[in-house]
Amino acid sequence: MPIQPPVESPRDLGEAYALLAATHHRPIAGGTDVMVQITGEIGQLPDRLLDVWHLEGLRGITVSEGALTIGALTTYTAMRHSAPCREHAPALVEAAATIGAAQIQNRGTIGGNIANASPAGDTLPVLLAMDAEIVAGSLRGERIVAAADFWTGYRRTALAPDELVLRVRLPIAPDREVRFRKIGTRRAQAISKVVMALSWHLRDGRPEWRDVRVALGSVAERPIRVVATEALLEGAAPTAETAARAAEAVAGEIKPIDDVRSTADYRRAVTARVLQRMIREAGGW
Amino acid sequence: MTIRTPTPRGPVRSAPARSAPDALVVPPGEITTGHARGAPLRREGPAKLTGVAKYADDLVFPGAWYGGTVRSTEAHARLDAIELDPGFDWSGVVVVSAADIPGDNVVSLISDDQPVLVPVGGEIRHHAEPVALLAAPDRGMLREARQRLTLRTTPLPAVFDPLQSGEVFAHFDIRRGDVEAALAGAELVVEGIYRVGHQEQLYIENQAMIAVPRDDGGVAVHGSLQCPYYIHKALKRALLLDDRRARVVQTETGGGFGGKEEYPSMIALHAALLALKCKRPVRMIYERHEDIAATTKRHPAIVTYRSGVDREGHLIAQDIEVVMDGGAYTTLTPVVLSRGTLHAGGPYACENVRIRSRAVATNTPPNGAFRGFGAPQVEFAAEMQVNRIAEVLKVSPLELRRRWVYQRGDVTPTGQVLRESVAGEEVLLRATEAAEYERVRERTAGARARRGADGSGREGGDRTASGIGLALGWHGAGFTGSGEVHLASIASVELTADGRIAVLTASTEMGQGTKTIFPQLAAAELGVPVEDVDIAPQDTGIVPDSGPTVASRTAMVVGGLVIKACRRLREEVEARTGRPFAEAYRDDARDHGPTRVDQQFEPYPGVQFDDATYSGDAYPAFGWAACVAEVDVDLDTGEVAVRNVVAADDVGRVIHPVLAEGQVEGGTLQAIGYATIEEIKLEDGRYLNDRLATYLIPTALDAPRITSILVEAPFSGAPHGAKGVGELPMDVGAPAVVDAIHDATGVWIHDLPASPERILAALGATGPTSSSSAGRSRSDKDVEGAVDAAMDAPIEVGTDPLPTERTDAQPFRAPTDR
Ligand SMILES: Cc1cc2nc3c(=O)[nH]c(=O)nc-3n(C[C@H](O)[C@H](O)[C@H](O)COP(=O)(O)OP(=O)(O)OC[C@H]3O[C@@H](n4cnc5c(N)ncnc54)[C@H](O)[C@@H]3O)c2cc1C
Repeated sequence: MPIQPPVESPRDLGEAYALLAATHHRPIAGGTDVMVQITGEIGQLPDRLLDVWHLEGLRGITVSEGALTIGALTTYTAMRHSAPCREHAPALVEAAATIGAAQIQNRGTIGGNIANASPAGDTLPVLLAMDAEIVAGSLRGERIVAAADFWTGYRRTALAPDELVLRVRLPIAPDREVRFRKIGTRRAQAISKVVMALSWHLRDGRPEWRDVRVALGSVAERPIRVVATEALLEGAAPTAETAARAAEAVAGEIKPIDDVRSTADYRRAVTARVLQRMIREAGGW
Repeated sequence: MTIRTPTPRGPVRSAPARSAPDALVVPPGEITTGHARGAPLRREGPAKLTGVAKYADDLVFPGAWYGGTVRSTEAHARLDAIELDPGFDWSGVVVVSAADIPGDNVVSLISDDQPVLVPVGGEIRHHAEPVALLAAPDRGMLREARQRLTLRTTPLPAVFDPLQSGEVFAHFDIRRGDVEAALAGAELVVEGIYRVGHQEQLYIENQAMIAVPRDDGGVAVHGSLQCPYYIHKALKRALLLDDRRARVVQTETGGGFGGKEEYPSMIALHAALLALKCKRPVRMIYERHEDIAATTKRHPAIVTYRSGVDREGHLIAQDIEVVMDGGAYTTLTPVVLSRGTLHAGGPYACENVRIRSRAVATNTPPNGAFRGFGAPQVEFAAEMQVNRIAEVLKVSPLELRRRWVYQRGDVTPTGQVLRESVAGEEVLLRATEAAEYERVRERTAGARARRGADGSGREGGDRTASGIGLALGWHGAGFTGSGEVHLASIASVELTADGRIAVLTASTEMGQGTKTIFPQLAAAELGVPVEDVDIAPQDTGIVPDSGPTVASRTAMVVGGLVIKACRRLREEVEARTGRPFAEAYRDDARDHGPTRVDQQFEPYPGVQFDDATYSGDAYPAFGWAACVAEVDVDLDTGEVAVRNVVAADDVGRVIHPVLAEGQVEGGTLQAIGYATIEEIKLEDGRYLNDRLATYLIPTALDAPRITSILVEAPFSGAPHGAKGVGELPMDVGAPAVVDAIHDATGVWIHDLPASPERILAALGATGPTSSSSAGRSRSDKDVEGAVDAAMDAPIEVGTDPLPTERTDAQPFRAPTDR
């Protein structure tokens, strides 16, 4: 057992910002990633921990100004039980339900999933597909980072070392559809081999898709959107032909790798087939 | 659900002596649905349920230090030096190297090749091999010290592919009849190569041992273990101790599955060496990561199979080659290989059999005991062959098995005549009836035909395919060959001075029920309340050596000794008092004092095995198991959901219905994991997925509905007729699931696990992938080979060329009138 790093537990955001500005601290929210890294001796042991669990400002789920806003400390269980989440972000609730098991869902937070920046983070493709905005804060103030710009590399984010994730904002769009699918090794407690979120808008009752987003996890070093495949789907109706072309396009667009969970070939094939299936199910043929 | 059935066949030649346990078992034919039916609650259950059970890590030994192991990070190297950083204060920690071992630097088991610690100048033979030991007063200091110790090594070339290895740990060659001639004359020859990988036991409690120095210069170890006397022997040898000064005490043990058969000797030696050097108790409790990285796994195997079938559809030839990967040291490999060799033909009568097997060394961590012990690997291959032959012949896999399965009087490849307790057909029929196998099979075949012959499905079609699969298996009860005779186990029963009954054995409880069934057997034999029977602690200072708790031998062999000891105790007390034991024992204890009976194993009458020629009765009896599995396969992702399993297992005699059912359910789920998701990935001899986040086993959500049918075909050599249940279900789950995947998709997966990656590759959805390319081309080739062979054979497609019943005219039938 390693030596436990010292932990600070600020009671308000100002105190937390000050601590972060003074010296490097690793935030710890639910700890479901951090504790595994510490006890498993994976990576560098953090010098100091900043326990954000008591920062009430990071909790809460609200609907205002055309957006669903979810505090960084919101747990998966809270999202699953939240009526606004279920109404405005059912795909996110679906993703939350696939994460870990009850213990992890009671403790793990959306802020932790975002900041941990694992390529396999299951909520992240949903956030990308929904054009989420991530609100970060520090002594210098708050700023908004689009989900599409947030994950910059393998386990790297746009966050500065003194910044916290405060909340995530999901624009509410009544004509938007979002689909989610996770492929893991087993039916629960599995890290994704491939995770996908697909979204589109339907305008004026027309069958053609607009503002299409195809977001993927576990097929690159970070959660990604496949923009060429999106472009192909933009303005297309969900026909068999579209689905086949999109499947081919996405298979060509991604460059997954072989690793301990799966193979590049499997990931590519399954991504293509799941996308095809989602389009077919949307098309109802 | 448990459905208990008697075997409908005629009386066995020597029916077991009627024995009191009969009073405890459920009337044959009754459905018990998980009900104990008068069988007692688990002895250790309340303590476990309320959290007061003490596992090794719960025990407090004042002043104890923490022990840790420094392990190799290379697969093959010479150890040049162990360097201690002079900038670190070593006075507060204790370091142990091979030089500190007073006796032989050997983990005593079958062969003397495995060192307790690699000596300087010696050879590191696998990744995570123990090289040095450290103990410190706290974990922080232990961690710090570990970082200040460096191993200097010179790399050596390593061998990872068992087919490239020139170092053979063991080999066997069993021949019966003339295989080449039979294959040459066969109408159909089906060939296959099957590869199965490592499997991790994944007991809930990691390996754990605490060593405490004794005043007499010896040492006591307390820990999580299956075989107290294996450890006792290892301590005596390496530490130069006599029987008394080495003491081994089992703590509450959170599962073993074979994984705590041999490795605890290693960790006990490490803890003891540290404890003796720092003269205080030392705790060695593994983290999961270390446990998976360093301890034994199920042996990977490559099984090459050729089966010959004649014009009438009889199985006339089996030519089998088994190669097992033993890892870096011998451990139990020769015995695992022996069991694998003896089970390789499956439960089928065949005149001409050749089984050649070898287990070889590679520079990977040693493989060892795991539930099934060599049989699951080969029986997977055997059942794949039968299912593939059935496909080529266009015969129902059930029908084919009915014709081929061993009957009483048949002869096995070692020349063993199956005289009694033969229930292969019985379990087959019970499982398939309960599962409505043929009806479901018709339905799945229809769905497959509608989807298209290649099974890949048509656009717009249902993307989930259902299938049903079948497997039949056998498992030799107890130790192989003359093993039990060599073990010469002793179990004791004592009427204590205070008028209670004590059962003294070294047989361990690890969740499977030893502590519950022994009091049951004793109480029933003596006619006393089960509450009056105590189990003595598994402490080598107290109990005799009743042998290891392995090989499904506890209920059959040791349970038999307990009954016999009770019988003698009863006779002695009844002779002395002139009254029935149940009435007299309390008075007798008061008047006469304690009475103890030691019962030693006596060879089962008529059971003989020749180790030199590998012929004769390989096992005193066999257990029989059938499994029907239903799966759903997602044709887009290759994901398999096992929905429903019906398992029929013949265990000889059911002692405790709930515990027996638990063994069947647990073994079935473990087999499903083996079949579908459990896979160790290696890189340069190191396990890549050596954590719970990456080595996955099925969860409750992955578990199918399991119906267990307990069949009783008693073994006359055991006073209660029991044959053991622990390993049986492990042998049949995987081939049943893979057969069901084939039924759903039309493709055969030859390698375990039948992962989604392999399934999609076989369906042609992906290019060859690193884990499945070889499997795929091979599968395609030998399915073609089989089909070609079928085309050449003058068997009319569409008609069933097989006789509908077995007849005595079949040339390979041995006379049955014995
Ligand atoms: C058994 C198990 C199963 C799991 N299964 C899944 C799964 O199926 N899918 C999945 O996606 N994940 C899974 N996880 C990972 C984990 O549960 C999630 O990533 C979770 O969302 C992390 O949240 P947390 O609050 O526990 O984060 P923590 O562990 O507390 O923190 C994670 C990271 O985020 C940083 N951080 C946390 N909060 C903030 C903040 N407000 N501002 C800035 N940085 C912050 C921390 O410094 C750390 O680097 C699993 C973990 C375990 C142990």
